[in-house]
Amino acid sequence: MSSATLQHAAFILRGNPITGIAAIGASLLIFVGIFGPWIVPYDPIASNVQNALMPPSAAHWAGTDQLGRDVFSRIIVAAQLDLAIAVSAVGISFALGAVIGALCGYSGGKLDRAVGRFVDVLMAFPLFVLAMAMVAALGNRVENIVIATAIINLPFYIRFARAEVNVRRNLGWVEAARACGDSHVSVVLRFLLPNVLPAMVVQMSLNLGWAIINAAGLSFIGLGVKPPTPEWGIMVAEGARFISTGKWWLVAFPGLALMLAVLCFNLLGDGLRDILDPRQRT
Amino acid sequence: MTTPKPLLNIENLHVTFSTRRGPVEAVRGISLSLAEGETLGIVGESGSGKSVTGFAMTRLLDASGKISGGRINFRDRDITKMTSASLREMHGSAMAMIFQNPRGALNPIRAIGQQIADAILAHRKISASEARAQSLELLRAVKIRDPEKRMNAYPHELSGGMCQRVMIAMAISSNPALLIADEPTTGLDVTTQKVVMDLLASIAAERGMATILITHDLGLAARYCRRVVVMEQGRLVEEADALTLFRSPQHSYTKRLVAASPTATSRVEDLVSDDDKLLVPAIPLPPPPKPAHGTPPLLEVLNLVKRFEDGTVGVANFSMAIAPGESVGLVGESGSGKSTTSRMICRLLDQTEGTINFSGQSISHIPAREFHRAPQRREIQIVFQDPNDSLNPRFNAFDCIAHPLIRLLGMRNGAALKQRVAECAHRVGLPADLLERFPHQLSGGQKARIGIARAIACRPKLLVLDEPTAALDVSVQAVVLQLLDRLRREDNLAFLFVSHDLNVVRMMCQRTIVLRNGAIVEQGESHALFDNPQTDYTRELVDAVPHIEMIAAGKMAAGA
Amino acid sequence: MTTLGATAIRAARRFASSLPALFGVLIFTFLLMRVLPGDPAVFFASGPNSGKEEIETIRKQMGLDKPVPQQLFLYLYDVGRGNLGRSLMTGQNVTKDLRERLPASLELTFSALLIALVLAIPLGVLAALKPGSLIDHGVRLFCALGVCVPTFVSGLLLIYIFYYLFGVSPDPTGRVDIFTTLPPAHTGFLLIDFALAGDFDGWWAAFKQLILPACTMALFVIAPLARITRASMLASLGSDFVRTARSVGLSWWRIIVTYALRNAILPVITIAGIVFSTMLGANVLVEKVFSWPGVASYALDALLSSDYAPVQGFVLLMASVFVIVNLVVDVLYGIADPRISIG
Repeated sequence: MSSATLQHAAFILRGNPITGIAAIGASLLIFVGIFGPWIVPYDPIASNVQNALMPPSAAHWAGTDQLGRDVFSRIIVAAQLDLAIAVSAVGISFALGAVIGALCGYSGGKLDRAVGRFVDVLMAFPLFVLAMAMVAALGNRVENIVIATAIINLPFYIRFARAEVNVRRNLGWVEAARACGDSHVSVVLRFLLPNVLPAMVVQMSLNLGWAIINAAGLSFIGLGVKPPTPEWGIMVAEGARFISTGKWWLVAFPGLALMLAVLCFNLLGDGLRDILDPRQRT
Repeated sequence: MTTPKPLLNIENLHVTFSTRRGPVEAVRGISLSLAEGETLGIVGESGSGKSVTGFAMTRLLDASGKISGGRINFRDRDITKMTSASLREMHGSAMAMIFQNPRGALNPIRAIGQQIADAILAHRKISASEARAQSLELLRAVKIRDPEKRMNAYPHELSGGMCQRVMIAMAISSNPALLIADEPTTGLDVTTQKVVMDLLASIAAERGMATILITHDLGLAARYCRRVVVMEQGRLVEEADALTLFRSPQHSYTKRLVAASPTATSRVEDLVSDDDKLLVPAIPLPPPPKPAHGTPPLLEVLNLVKRFEDGTVGVANFSMAIAPGESVGLVGESGSGKSTTSRMICRLLDQTEGTINFSGQSISHIPAREFHRAPQRREIQIVFQDPNDSLNPRFNAFDCIAHPLIRLLGMRNGAALKQRVAECAHRVGLPADLLERFPHQLSGGQKARIGIARAIACRPKLLVLDEPTAALDVSVQAVVLQLLDRLRREDNLAFLFVSHDLNVVRMMCQRTIVLRNGAIVEQGESHALFDNPQTDYTRELVDAVPHIEMIAAGKMAAGA
Repeated sequence: MTTLGATAIRAARRFASSLPALFGVLIFTFLLMRVLPGDPAVFFASGPNSGKEEIETIRKQMGLDKPVPQQLFLYLYDVGRGNLGRSLMTGQNVTKDLRERLPASLELTFSALLIALVLAIPLGVLAALKPGSLIDHGVRLFCALGVCVPTFVSGLLLIYIFYYLFGVSPDPTGRVDIFTTLPPAHTGFLLIDFALAGDFDGWWAAFKQLILPACTMALFVIAPLARITRASMLASLGSDFVRTARSVGLSWWRIIVTYALRNAILPVITIAGIVFSTMLGANVLVEKVFSWPGVASYALDALLSSDYAPVQGFVLLMASVFVIVNLVVDVLYGIADPRISIG
């Protein structure tokens, strides 16, 4: 990052403080994700049946659940698992998608057509259904949630990288690199990918939120994570049984955590897009 | 002679745009007036505020632009104070506009007949079928062939020139008193440009419409306008009769502009006046060396053919030769195959058939994907068309120029490389302190210089120039052309100069090849070819170029 | 007439081009069956305690002793005949189960899509007409928040508010309460069937059951739809052809509707197809939250009780529905955009 980029970032942040707030929120989230188990007031798994289903109070900020566990502590600890699933899934699809997509976009031809067919097949499924089926087929485990989420994300990254590279492959500076003695492979790796990556990082940030919702959705329907592990989707699923009797906090607080996490990553992605957009540079 | 009451009178107009970095004044107090039926040209380079002035006159500015001062009186009504209802009333019926990029200016998903009918119905209460009949009449008036069939066509089915005719039909549909044409033929081929401009001029004359032609092209303004005003940085610097303006410009900017505009008789040396020459170190130019008799040509192309995957023929049977130090022009309209040819000669694209020999050795057997390893790679270099996309946005100027030195000459980062890059930058007149900058921090002319420095860094023998100045303003073009010509003489470089601009090619190249639909139409010594074309197509091309010298004769004829 | 012909040709061509993807989907579901943990024959046997011999017999019946390509062929043959296997849970043919439950899912999804489009397009247009205004900020805030709330959370909160707090909604389980007599099934869409039967009370009961799940699903997809409407409307309003329309003095209405909106709607059509796919996925969650007797909750119940034939059938069905939806989207796009239908 050059100083010009930093200056530009500062300029954008002044005009758009929401991005700054989102960045702080995301950092806080990551902090909680790493240190969550050490900072919570209660043991997230210890049950205390006398104290079950208590509404929010000074002692239990987000109330207690049917086993008397502290909902707030469970939410904090759950951040780790939820973030880990989303980040690793998105990381895998980003790394694979960027390279495959860039090669397809630059070379065209047979490789492009073959990958295109594969992507078409994946995209022919409603993605959540596909993830569900894959977790069912591979086995009801957390790793498989990661793999399933990574695979359903893959088409987006492949298509995105492919399109971004494809519009640039005939630009002057790409041809100039070849005239300056670079081979095709070197043009893709040293010239095109670095130019495409910033836009893909933005995409990744926007995608993280989606991956979180997806993973939580899978555990909500009973796939992947198993109770009593604290996880936002499962907490909502467990709270769902008590919503008709008015125990709103069991659903609302984990839901709020999900929402804030997704919101942070989405706003951060939007902000990064503004910062990295060269058209808005001075 | 009585001065007729002006149709349009602009007093001290200011237009301000609000941007992320605060307000920017694009037009800074211009005044001008226009009589009924008069033709006026507004000439200026990019950023001069000429288009903004046009949009301000019609109150069609973007939401971010505001008229921040002055008055625009049109038939004694102040346009700047009009309500949106009366503006709508006035648009089309009193004044209409014709835009650059005609295809974008038409609704892509509405049939053109319908669009013209919409324009008619906006001002007259007639039935839809009457409006349709009138649109058909208008299509006839703008000389569209097969108007009945074209009524149901969509813009994407028509050529750019056709779309511009449709736009003209829409603009004149309610017989406005004033037509404002904003760069109406930019981006169109030169022959199409002439047809469209002639049509526009004759329609305006027939119907007695006043016309304002906004253009960057002095020649065009001279050919079609009686009076011309010159704008620079939001100000009006000179206003005069077209002939006077070109014969004896008064303002220094106008002088520079007139000098920089290539004409049929200009020489490269004359394009830039003395004070600008300081930018490029003045070295006495040796005369172009005559190649010794019997030496093999530097480049020899035999029966080059390019067929694309979809079966279309890009280039059919193209042959040519370039001697060392010779400059050959390749001219043609869009789709003529000139870029494809140049890419094949640079070995960035594989030919389907044919041979290319360089210094007597075949290079056409080396596939384009392998050519980066060939020893000839450093001998054949290319300068790209648009300076904006010919530089890697993540490389600074130094990296761009150093790139071929590292790759092709195997130089390492260090003092030697630094010195070599600095030397290249100096040769193209790029100040050393700009080397740290990234493309988005540089002007178009500076980027063009970097592109040239990169191409000459390895001291090539052949430079392919793909429309090197097409995206530049004339004054910048003049400097760049002069620079290229000097480099060619100094290094005894051979040029393959690809361009659509005949005046530039005539000036820069000893020989010229005219290309059409992938085949050579005519070739020969440049001056002879342009002065005395042998084929109809070349003649048509030459005639279509607006020449300032022709004004006198043309205007007399029209005025008589 | 020619447009109609062109559209038909285009639809046919598009269908043909989606066949490879559909074939890929079949292969994929086949593989899914083979990758499934354990021995499929065990699951298809009468019970967990069935004898070895019985399992062997079933294995023979299912053709699991044959080589893989032949199995694939048999599988394709079965799917071609509409035979998707038998469900352990219901003891019925999966095809029959799916056919019974599909209308419930489709009614929910289409109602949600209708609600989303009816709200999102005007909101997006209004926001684009006055950028920077209060309504624009409101729409943008709504869009930012809308995509962040998972359907299973918003669904439960809606239940809390409208069932528990206000008591205006009926018990959030199923399509109608048990006391209502079902109308004769013509379409399987209860709202239509009740209307056909002239049973207004029944219609109202079904409507009250439908509205919460439909709104839940709609809430999730209004955001992307409104966002793309706003963006494409802004682009369209700033385009050269709208400036041309202004320059010849067209009326406000004509500029906004005929010129700007008709062009702006094109990307919305494309996004609507993608949104539909999201909704088919979201169906699983919403049907679970509202105990909606559709195909998704059927598949989910089957999945959780390790009954895999319904899951396969469901995945195949969803992919086919999506292919059809894409076809419809494509045809609509072709009608709306002459640049496509002719090319």
